[in-house]
Amino acid sequence: MLKDIRPAIVLLALFTLLLGLAYPLGMTRVAGALFPHQAEGSLIEKNGIVIGSEIIGQTFTGEKYFHGRPSATTGTDDKGNSIALPNNAANSMGSNLGPTNKALIERIKNEVEKLKAENPNAAIPVDMVTTSASGFDPDITPAAALFQMPRVAKARNLDPAKVEALINQFTKPRTLGIIGEPAVNVLKLNMALDSEAVK
Amino acid sequence: MTANGLIQIALFSAIVLLVTRPLGGYMTRVFNGDYVFLTPILRPIEMLFYKLAGVDEKDDQHWLRYGGAMLMFSVAGFALLYAILRLQGYLPFNPQGFGAVEPMLAFNTAISFVTNTNWQNYGGETTLSYFTQMAGLTVHNFVSAATGIALAMAFIRGFSRASAKGLGNFWVDLTRCSLYVLLPVSIVVGLFFIWQGMPQTLGAYVNATTIEGAHQTIAVGPVASQEVIKMFGTNGGGFFNANSTHPFENPNAITNLVQMVLIFAIGAALTNVFGRMVKNEWQGWALFGTMSVLFLVGALIAYHFEAAGNPNITALGVDQAASALQAGGNMEGKDVRFGIANSALFATVTTDASCGAVNAWHDSFTPLAGLVPLVNMELGEIIFGGVGSGLYGMLLFAIVAVFIAGLMVGRTPEYVGKKIEGYDVKMTALAIIILPFSILGFTALASSLPFGVSSIANAGPHGFSEILYGFSSTTANNGSAFGGLTGNTPFYNITLGLAMAIGRFGMIVPMLAVAGSLGRKKLVASSVGTFPTDSGLFVAILTAVILIVGGLTFFPALSLGPIVEHFSMIHGTLY
Repeated sequence: MLKDIRPAIVLLALFTLLLGLAYPLGMTRVAGALFPHQAEGSLIEKNGIVIGSEIIGQTFTGEKYFHGRPSATTGTDDKGNSIALPNNAANSMGSNLGPTNKALIERIKNEVEKLKAENPNAAIPVDMVTTSASGFDPDITPAAALFQMPRVAKARNLDPAKVEALINQFTKPRTLGIIGEPAVNVLKLNMALDSEAVK
Repeated sequence: MTANGLIQIALFSAIVLLVTRPLGGYMTRVFNGDYVFLTPILRPIEMLFYKLAGVDEKDDQHWLRYGGAMLMFSVAGFALLYAILRLQGYLPFNPQGFGAVEPMLAFNTAISFVTNTNWQNYGGETTLSYFTQMAGLTVHNFVSAATGIALAMAFIRGFSRASAKGLGNFWVDLTRCSLYVLLPVSIVVGLFFIWQGMPQTLGAYVNATTIEGAHQTIAVGPVASQEVIKMFGTNGGGFFNANSTHPFENPNAITNLVQMVLIFAIGAALTNVFGRMVKNEWQGWALFGTMSVLFLVGALIAYHFEAAGNPNITALGVDQAASALQAGGNMEGKDVRFGIANSALFATVTTDASCGAVNAWHDSFTPLAGLVPLVNMELGEIIFGGVGSGLYGMLLFAIVAVFIAGLMVGRTPEYVGKKIEGYDVKMTALAIIILPFSILGFTALASSLPFGVSSIANAGPHGFSEILYGFSSTTANNGSAFGGLTGNTPFYNITLGLAMAIGRFGMIVPMLAVAGSLGRKKLVASSVGTFPTDSGLFVAILTAVILIVGGLTFFPALSLGPIVEHFSMIHGTLY
């Protein structure tokens, strides 16, 4: 037994050097050379300021923007107390509410009432009233985008058909037509709307 | 359920089937020490490791010594990881300036990663430095996986060798697995993941000013290098708190598919390694077939109930029907790019194996869809399973199956040329009973103590499910969670930590004893009286044994949790 003490310690040290330092640091170097944009977090800059990441959802509240999905992430206030902070990309989490939890059903009821006031004629897509898994889902379903289309078109004084065309343009279909689900990236769609307004 | 959803599940299954034989062949050559295409590059490194560590490659270890070496390596790994967690404030690569991890949490986390569980009572991006993630956790993502695979190789040698004293050399198996199998795949697939959008940087978290002018801090880090081995080694501990739901850990549907294939790849390939080593590949395919049946049943059940959605949400006027414009179903705790089919499939895959990564929150699943991961773990994660542990778990059930078949016809049971005798069956029973002992024992304890109950987040039967899930996940070394349970309390840090250690080592020791016993036996030629274990009939018997043993043991507990909750949900009873 005792003769296995040396390999236990030496191999652990060697693996820590190889797999814990050489491998991740080497990957970081190669990534920086081959895919610098992705390696840094797919960041989008505007006038030299980082406005977010392509694949991280952010909060939109204005009428003229498409809104992302509800988020259960939290942050801390000045006194260190935990508070709701949607789309906090430094503290990823879901709601973890079970299907028979009163708090879940109450929350969804409130969301439904708000959305019905906004667009009384359309069915409410489920992704608009349920919190995402990451807490900053970058996408909404095409159904959720179409649901919000009248509000956004009105707030921007745009032809609804034009907004719908933009939604279609920014709907990412299933990969190879099979894999995944169709999704609309909210940040990219809103940026396209803004640049449309500038034109 | 939609046709597209079923096609996606079929596509995934087909890829796993295609990977099994080539990877199995490669791994067989690696563990036999034969020449592979990477030998010219890796052999010098391998030799250097042996030289520095004082390992003699030809030293064949008795099962006790093999197990002792494994335990010693685990203890050393635990001590080093605990030290890194406690000292991270003084160590480099810490741009966010995280201080020491609390002792109880460090204890739990160190056990968690050494046992290949990767249960997380902490949020990665709010607790750990990049140094801890790389030199601490990434290392154990590799070596705890390699340890499991090494143990499976030792067990296989118990069947394939005749009249042998030894089961191989733990240090050689560990090193070869890490260098030839885990590292090359991690480099190649890791680069693919970065290309697809996973960060790999040592820079500090990014401060962004959103379009509407709000402030958003975006956590980044050396994610991809850890992510790939997290899946391939069925570890499952996320770089971030939200694990593979986080767009940086799982940017799109393709990375999601590749991650699921990585989870099953080694578990599936090991069935083929087993077949090759016992000189009849159909023996391996029989195990593969059993696993496939159990996998597909679970995936379809989970998919069905998630797609059906939550009737209490439908009642509020929300549209949960699948259409061309939305996946529909129960979207609480899921991301749009994965939708329902891929979330249900991922949950099944991650708990069939001992991975425990999640791309959706199991706590928010509908009750019977949430039952599928629970059952998968309680069966011992033998459906492809954790790397290594899945195969030896399945082989233990195979021994029980031939034992029962032998009782029925009144013959001494044989399995792949080895007589299964009293000692083997006793040790097998011991290895199998550890699981319910720990899961049900700790669940009963936690459910009856005030500081056990105070951690649950959902009232009613769902709260009980959270506790049951916690101990199932840790004992089975899975690591996924019904995340509502607050695990970072002294009570849970200790009990969950113990459950992980008991589940891992309590099973390994009797398993190695069986391997040692089998290895010493002669090979007997099969005769007309031998029950053919490469047949469809054997697949049926093995499946039945697994379901009966697992079902009878856990049915009462499952009734109190998910099954009661299912009927509550249908009747609109809320808690």
